[in-house]
Amino acid sequence: MEELNRGGFTFDLCSRNTLLEKTGLKMPGFLKTGTTIVGVVYKDGVVLGADTRATEGPIVADKNCEKIHYIADNIYCCGAGTAADTEMTTALISSKLKLHKLSTGKEPRVVTALTMLKQMLFKYQGHVSAALILGGIDINGPSLHTIYPHGSTDQLPYVTMGSGSLAAMAVFEAKYKTDMTRDEAIQLVAEAISSGVFNDLGSGSNVDVTVIAKEGVTVLRNYLTPNERKFRGPEYIFPIGTTPVLSKLVAPLSSKVIIEDVVMS
Amino acid sequence: MQQHVSFPVFGQNDYFNYKNPQTLENRMPVVDAKKKTQDPIVTGTSVIAIKYNGGVVMGTDMLCSYGSLARFNSIQRMEKFGSYTIIGAGGELSDFQSLSNTLNDLVTLDHCIDDGSKLSPSEIYNYVARVMYNHRNKGDPLWNSLVVMGYQNGSSFLGKVDLVGTCFKDDIVCTGYGAHIALPLMRKAALDNPNMNLEQAKKLIEDCLRVLFYRDARSSKKIQISVANENGLEISEPIELDTYMWQSGEAAVKSFSQV
Amino acid sequence: MDLKLSPFPTLEKQMPIEHGRFEAYVDNGGTVLAVGGPDYCVIAGDTRMSDGGYGIQTRKYTKIFQLTDKCVLATSGMQADTLALQKRLKTMLSHYQKEHGKPMSTPAIAQFLSNTLYYKRFFPYYTFNIVAGIDEKGEGCAWTYDAVGSHERVKYASQGSGNQLVIPLLDNQVAKFNQQIIAGGNVTSQQAVSFVKDAITSAGERDIYTGDYADIVVVDKDGVHWEKFELKLD
Repeated sequence: MEELNRGGFTFDLCSRNTLLEKTGLKMPGFLKTGTTIVGVVYKDGVVLGADTRATEGPIVADKNCEKIHYIADNIYCCGAGTAADTEMTTALISSKLKLHKLSTGKEPRVVTALTMLKQMLFKYQGHVSAALILGGIDINGPSLHTIYPHGSTDQLPYVTMGSGSLAAMAVFEAKYKTDMTRDEAIQLVAEAISSGVFNDLGSGSNVDVTVIAKEGVTVLRNYLTPNERKFRGPEYIFPIGTTPVLSKLVAPLSSKVIIEDVVMS
Repeated sequence: MQQHVSFPVFGQNDYFNYKNPQTLENRMPVVDAKKKTQDPIVTGTSVIAIKYNGGVVMGTDMLCSYGSLARFNSIQRMEKFGSYTIIGAGGELSDFQSLSNTLNDLVTLDHCIDDGSKLSPSEIYNYVARVMYNHRNKGDPLWNSLVVMGYQNGSSFLGKVDLVGTCFKDDIVCTGYGAHIALPLMRKAALDNPNMNLEQAKKLIEDCLRVLFYRDARSSKKIQISVANENGLEISEPIELDTYMWQSGEAAVKSFSQV
Repeated sequence: MDLKLSPFPTLEKQMPIEHGRFEAYVDNGGTVLAVGGPDYCVIAGDTRMSDGGYGIQTRKYTKIFQLTDKCVLATSGMQADTLALQKRLKTMLSHYQKEHGKPMSTPAIAQFLSNTLYYKRFFPYYTFNIVAGIDEKGEGCAWTYDAVGSHERVKYASQGSGNQLVIPLLDNQVAKFNQQIIAGGNVTSQQAVSFVKDAITSAGERDIYTGDYADIVVVDKDGVHWEKFELKLD
C-alpha cells in the first residue's frame, strides 16, 4: 500500500506498452503533424510561420490545419509532433498563463510560458511529443525559443522545427540577416516554410504566418496558398434509385406515439 | 574460419514466452553468411551537383570522417573517368577507391579496344548502377552514394546511384545531408533562374556547401568544385570557404540574460 | 577483367541476404493505375520518386515502361528492382521477337512476368506491377500482380502507395459496384483519360508519396500514346 501512495509520476504503463508492442499488439496511430514550423526575430518583433498539413502515416489527414497556437495576446506558439499533444499542451499553458496574469495583474512574459512548458514536458519525460517554437514580445522586447519534447529549450534569432526543419533552416542560414524589417521577415519566413512544403513530404498545402509586434498581433492565416487542386474531372452523378432498395416499410408516427393530457396539480 | 552459430533461447527475457514467428531468425539457428554485412568506417559526406546552361557543376568538401572523428581533411572525393565523366562520392571511402579501380580498368579496356569511341557519361553511369545493384544483390553493398556527371557532344549528363542500386537522372542531384539541406536551396535557385550560367552555378554550389558546413557536423569548409562542359573536365584546387555568419547570434545573445 | 557475352543472364546461386544494418529493400513510393476499355487501355502513373522517408529524390521518374506496341508495364515499389525487372523483360522480349518473328502478345507477357517474378520467390523483386494494353482481339486488358508473381486478369487495376485511395473510386466508377441504374453506354477513351486524371489527382491530394507529374498513357490499335500531366509539388 505504501508503494501505491508514494506520489509523483509513474511510467509503468509506457514500459508495459513497449513490451506489448513487441508481442505483436498494435497501438492506435496518432495524428502527427509532419510539419515545417519556423520563427524569426526581426527589428521590432517576431514572425512565426507554419505549413498546414497534418498526416497519419503516409496519408494527409488535414490539408489546412492550424499549427500556430494562441498562448496569450503577446505570445504565440507553433507546434510539431503529435497533434493532440501540441494542442493540449499549448492550451493548458495558455490557460495557466491567463490565471497567472489574473493573479499577478501583469502582462505575461515569454519566459514564464517557456518555463511552464519546459517543466511540464520534462515531467512527462518525452512521452508528450510536442516540439514547439515559442515566440512573443514583452517588456524585454521580442524573443524566440524552441522547446523539445524532453523539455530542453534554447533561444535563437531564427529557429525551425519538424520534419521540414532542415529545408527551412537551409533558407535561414543562406538568407537571414540581423535587424530585418517586418516585410523582409515575413518574406523570409514564407520562403522557409515554402521550402519545407515543396521538399518535405511531411509538410504541405498552405503557409500560415503570425506577426507579433509591439503594436499588436497580425494573424495571416493562409498567407500563401500555392497548392490548389489542379484538375477536376466531370461531376459524378448518381440518379435517384441508383442504390437498390431491398425492403420498404412505412410506419405512421401515430401508431408509435400515445398522446395524453397531463393535468397539472 | 570460425562459424558462429547462435540459437535463440526461448523463455529467457521473453515475458510472454513468445517471439514473432514471422521473423525467420526466430525460427532457425542463424548461421553466419559468407559475406559480412559491413558498416561504413571512413566516410565522406554530401555531394551536390547542378546542370547549368552549357554544362554541369559539382561540389564536395574534402573531409573524410572516422565515426565522429574528423580524420582526413584533405581527401579528393571526385574522380575523372575517361574524357567526359566525373564521379563524386559520399559514404565509405575504401569502397569508392575500389570502385575507382574497377572503373579505371574499364576505361583502360575501352582505350585498348582502340576503335575511336570513348566511354560516354551515360555508359559509365549505367555501368556503375549495375555494379552497385549487383553488390546489393549479394548482400555485400558498396556503401556509397555516387553522383555521375559529364559533358559530351554538346549535352550535359547528371545522375545519381546509391548503395541499393537506385539510380536516376535529374538537373539537380544531392546526396547525404545535401539532399535535406542543399537540395531545397538549389531547387529554389533553379526555379528563380532557369538559365544559370557557369559563374552563377559555381556560386550556388559554394553557397550550398557553406550552409552544409554550418549544419552538417560531418562536413568541412575545405571544398572542391568540378566542372564538365565543352572545355572538358576540371576539378578545382582546394578552396577554403569564407564563413561570415557567426556574428548573427548577437540578437540572441543580447537577451540571453532573461533565461 | 572478365567480359562474357551470353544471351541469357547467368544463373548465380542466390545467397541469403544477411540483415544487419544494411537494408536491401527501399520503397520509393508512387501510384500506378490502369483502366481497360472495349478497344483501348488507359494507364497512369505519377513521376515522384521518394527516398523511402520524407524526401523527394526526383520529380520526373517515369514508372511506366513500354514493352511492345500493344503493351506497357506500370510499376511501383523499389526503383532499383523495377529497373532490373524492366531490363530483364526488355531483353527477353527482344529474344522472343527475334526467335518468333513477332512481338509477344499481351496475355503471354502477363504470364511471362508472373514467371519472372516467381523465379525470384526467395529474394523477390520488391515491385508491384500492372501489365496493361490490348490483347489479340484488340480488347483493352490489364493484369495485376503481387511481388512474387500471383496475378489476375482484371478490367481495371491500381498499385502502389495510393492504391487504397484509388481502388474504391475504380470499383464505383468502372465496375459500378452496388448500383442499380447504370447511366451511359460504353466509355470513350477520352472519358476514361479524364477519369483516370481525376483519380490520380485525388491520390496526389491525400497520399504524400504521390505527386509532381503523371504520365497518362493510352494504348489502342494505333500504338502507345503518352501525355504529361501536372500534379501538385507539395
